[in-house]
Amino acid sequence: MLFAAGKTNRTFGHYLLMHLEPYIIDNPAQDDFRLNRETLVDPKILQLEKCRVFDTCWIYAGHDSEVAMPGDFITRNVAGRPVIMTRDSQSEMRLFLNTCRHRGAKVCRERSGNTKRFYCFYHGWSYNNDGALVAVPGDDAYPDSFDRSELGLMEVPRFEQYRGFWFACFDRNIPDLETYLEGAKEYIDLVVDQSPTATMEIITGVQEYDVEANWKLLVENSFDDYHLHSTHSTWLEYMRDAGVNIKVPKGEGLVLPKRGIGKNLGNGHAVIDNLNFRGRPVAAWISIYGEEAKPIVEAAKTELVDRLGEKRAERVANTNRNLFVFPNLMINDGSSVTVRTFWPAEVDRMEVTAWALGPVDESREMRRVRLDAFLTFYGPGGFATPDDVEALMQVQRGIAETVNEVPWSVMTRGIAKEGEQLNSDELHLRTFWRRWNELMTGETAAAAE
Amino acid sequence: MKQFSDNADRVAVEGFLYYEAAVLDEWKLDAWLDLMADDAVYLVPPNESPDSDPNDTLFIIADDIHRIRSRVKRLKSPDAHAEYPPSRTRRLITNVRILDSSEREVKATSNFSVHRFRRGGKGGVYVGRYIHRLVRSGDSFKIAERRAILDAEELGALGAVSFIL
Repeated sequence: MLFAAGKTNRTFGHYLLMHLEPYIIDNPAQDDFRLNRETLVDPKILQLEKCRVFDTCWIYAGHDSEVAMPGDFITRNVAGRPVIMTRDSQSEMRLFLNTCRHRGAKVCRERSGNTKRFYCFYHGWSYNNDGALVAVPGDDAYPDSFDRSELGLMEVPRFEQYRGFWFACFDRNIPDLETYLEGAKEYIDLVVDQSPTATMEIITGVQEYDVEANWKLLVENSFDDYHLHSTHSTWLEYMRDAGVNIKVPKGEGLVLPKRGIGKNLGNGHAVIDNLNFRGRPVAAWISIYGEEAKPIVEAAKTELVDRLGEKRAERVANTNRNLFVFPNLMINDGSSVTVRTFWPAEVDRMEVTAWALGPVDESREMRRVRLDAFLTFYGPGGFATPDDVEALMQVQRGIAETVNEVPWSVMTRGIAKEGEQLNSDELHLRTFWRRWNELMTGETAAAAE
Repeated sequence: MKQFSDNADRVAVEGFLYYEAAVLDEWKLDAWLDLMADDAVYLVPPNESPDSDPNDTLFIIADDIHRIRSRVKRLKSPDAHAEYPPSRTRRLITNVRILDSSEREVKATSNFSVHRFRRGGKGGVYVGRYIHRLVRSGDSFKIAERRAILDAEELGALGAVSFIL
């Protein structure tokens, strides 16, 4: 049967190929790094990823601010599972699998709300917001062995937070979240430190959209500065038309030594760390915000200096960062703060969820500037994101049926450099792929770069 | 909700909306810009929160007149990759009702179904309602505010709103 039809033949061919060819060729000593395109098109690899990557890492679940009050809940999918994130009546944060312990129906179908109980309408079982099963209609029909205390809503094995960002983990054996985050913590701190209250919040208006491409292409795209000038020329032109100086700053005393660096943060996390030169709501005014916003942005800068000192304030206010937390969280802190996560619904389609993040108790005027700045670049109606989506889709379509003839993608920008690499190099992309490959194969990356 | 409205207003608004739909479907974007008042705004609220305010909620699109003009400039460029080659669209506009009417302006709602097709790209059907705030101008109108509200729970498979919805 395997050899009967062309289609099956090809699948079998793939199977052989995958056992002969590695996912990546990683040989920095020879200035070589190549990516096997099968990793982007083969559904069997996606199945493996779900076990070996998504089930063994800390996966972003949600933000503290989304369930601010006792009883608040939200529902979404995390690591492919439907979950309820709730703050129970004792203010304890909980993450439940959204499935009734009886027959399995979802016990909560709203996007968000506030409740003391979750109720399964199928047979009427209900659960307190701490997960305890509290009502079973007709429970006299159950035998003595029926134990309600063992039939509460199932909690995700591990659920921890760092500075308001909550992560779930299905693996009981990996280190705690803070250990896992390694060097990413420093960059999350930089994001949160822009808030005078040291707390940030998700702003209403989630953006949920599909991209018809493998999810790993969005990891790359989200912090690939190399594509800026070719993919986003219309956005750069818009900024220039609006009177924004889009030239890279020169001179002495800059916060970062170069035009921007790409950096390995350990454990698969990575960042591009850039000088700001296109405006930040906190706190670097540009003409596009309007004259009336100038004193507000300047006041935000003064507040930063008072609270953090000159040096730290400059670091927070005048550098941008695109932070990647392995395997599927991006926090882009630049023209505004975007939190973006994505899940591979299929090998060639991901579901993206993106939010804007802002300081708690931010003034209305500052919030307006922040949201407006977000929309110039980001989101499904922005001047840049749709072109990224188009690029990823064209990559997927370009490789899907040519992978036998063109099996490798080259990813060597910056690989021969001594010392720091730029944001337009590919060290940070290779960092992702090396960690991904370690988890997928169990082989430790041999080479350090 | 008013059950009936003045027929003359409704007929005039229908004519205007059909014209707007025609210039957009033909990608006559400069002709579309000519329909704008000097302080026009174009809004696509988030699916999650259709009746919200762009000052405190993240919209999909919240353009003032400057960004409307910039959006048109961008869409006319072959470097607007998401719309190159440009989508073909066909807009069906129905259920036009006048919500409010004064000597100065008219507020109207209508239902839309915008069918999008792309060569080698992504199509889809965008379903929702418009709310137009139209300022009277001679025997026609100028657009003061144009809100396109999507009915879908999330943008999902539609992917992007890269053309003028």
